Amino acid sequence: MTDVPSTLVQTQAQTPTPPLWLLAELTYTCPLHCVFCSNPVDFAQHDRELATDEWLRVLREARALGAVQLGFSGGEPLTRADLEVLVAEAHRLGYYSNLITSGVGLTAERIDRLKGAGLDHIQLSFQDSTRELNDFLSHTRTFDLKRRTADLIRAAGFPMVLNCVIHRLNIDHVERIIELAVEIGAEYLELANAQYYGWALTNRDHLIPTRDQVRRAEAVVAQARQRFGERLRILLVVPDYFETRPKRCMNGWGSVFLTIAPDGTALPCQSARVLPGLDFPNVRETTVADIWYRSTAFNRYRGTAWMKEPCASCPEKQQDLGGCRCQAYLLAGDPDAADPVCDKSPDHGLVTAAVNAPGPDVRPLVFRSPAESRRLRAESAGPDLT
Amino acid sequence: MRELHDDSAVPAIAAHYRLQFEPAQNAHVLLFPEGMIKLNGSGAEILTRCDGRATQGEIIETLRQRFAADVGADVRAFLGMATEKGWVRWLGPP
Ligand code: SF4
Ligand code: SF4
Repeated sequence: MTDVPSTLVQTQAQTPTPPLWLLAELTYTCPLHCVFCSNPVDFAQHDRELATDEWLRVLREARALGAVQLGFSGGEPLTRADLEVLVAEAHRLGYYSNLITSGVGLTAERIDRLKGAGLDHIQLSFQDSTRELNDFLSHTRTFDLKRRTADLIRAAGFPMVLNCVIHRLNIDHVERIIELAVEIGAEYLELANAQYYGWALTNRDHLIPTRDQVRRAEAVVAQARQRFGERLRILLVVPDYFETRPKRCMNGWGSVFLTIAPDGTALPCQSARVLPGLDFPNVRETTVADIWYRSTAFNRYRGTAWMKEPCASCPEKQQDLGGCRCQAYLLAGDPDAADPVCDKSPDHGLVTAAVNAPGPDVRPLVFRSPAESRRLRAESAGPDLT
Repeated sequence: MRELHDDSAVPAIAAHYRLQFEPAQNAHVLLFPEGMIKLNGSGAEILTRCDGRATQGEIIETLRQRFAADVGADVRAFLGMATEKGWVRWLGPP
């Protein structure tokens, strides 16, 4: 066996771990138009949604493989009239289910029905602590509605996760966002920096915070953790653009997370659709087990055998697995390259440049909508890095 | 120092947490919003007995008989940790 590279032996000997976490993106339809939306910019092309019985089959097959955490997301999952049916089946199967919602469409009656169907928790997104910025960023008047929805969620006894995507325009409001979370009685607050894929990449120059902003936000969060302790758990995810080593993306390609897009495309992460040369399987054509264990796409970046330099010979390769494939492609133009967040990457300069000189706002903010999706698609067939 | 609870207090799985056995992982897991903890064998032995009825003392006694060993200190320390992490809440005197 000495002439076989050890990485290859490892990759072949290891059976992939089961998909423990299923993200069901029920629809790309959404009443909001967030500038940082992680949906693909060309979402308007993928509008043939799975039917109820197709989703039911996906839930059963993934559960049989071991999936146990389940997120219903979108778009806005509440726009699907069959949401309650899917939640009820998820409950029967033993999933721990989460509704990831903007709150639009969540009436008291609907909350009761979802509770009755066995939904476990709700993650409500806000765009900011102020009405002005919330409504501006989402291009809708939704702030007051979200406040009322939060009260309804509490009244129904759901644990509530408040989610606020953080970026240059709202990061200085972190303290008020935390107060808002306390006021509405959330158990968890997720302050996640915009990930620069999809619409957030289009708008990156407007969204990337400065180093000082990030430091201040970290200090505010540290103080709030002291102050609120168990009452409010705060998760702060800073953009990895400020790091010199990438993060393990999704805990490793095809290792824990399975995303099913509205049209049935199976993805190792929400943004993987941008990667060229990968033919992602569709649940309309094959089983979830085939997709997870046997498809070329899901095996493509498992383990470390696919790596090239500087990753291939790097002593840290097991820790970060070379970082994010989408970021490698979107920034370095090569999905097999090291994630440019890594300072060993020859393209690391692109990341530092974006951080040090967050561009003059050359282009106006683009709000997510089907019309803009079609326009951007027509303008460029590849990723837009200007 | 970690706070230890009185043996007469009754531990229960915290609201919004769910404990279940997962065949695919061949382990008990604790599920909660945005997270999942895979328990080892002894963690599962203890938490599956936190049913909101048995006192900590009774749980220790059950496990002492089952394993023929003095498990008191381990159980108290584990439940102290689990409380800190928010997995367990207490009924009755802490
Ligand atoms: S980020 Fe905004 S626009 Fe995108 S799906 Fe969520 S609520 Fe809708
Ligand atoms: S060179 Fe590759 S494997 Fe090494 S730290 Fe950088 S990204 Fe990770």
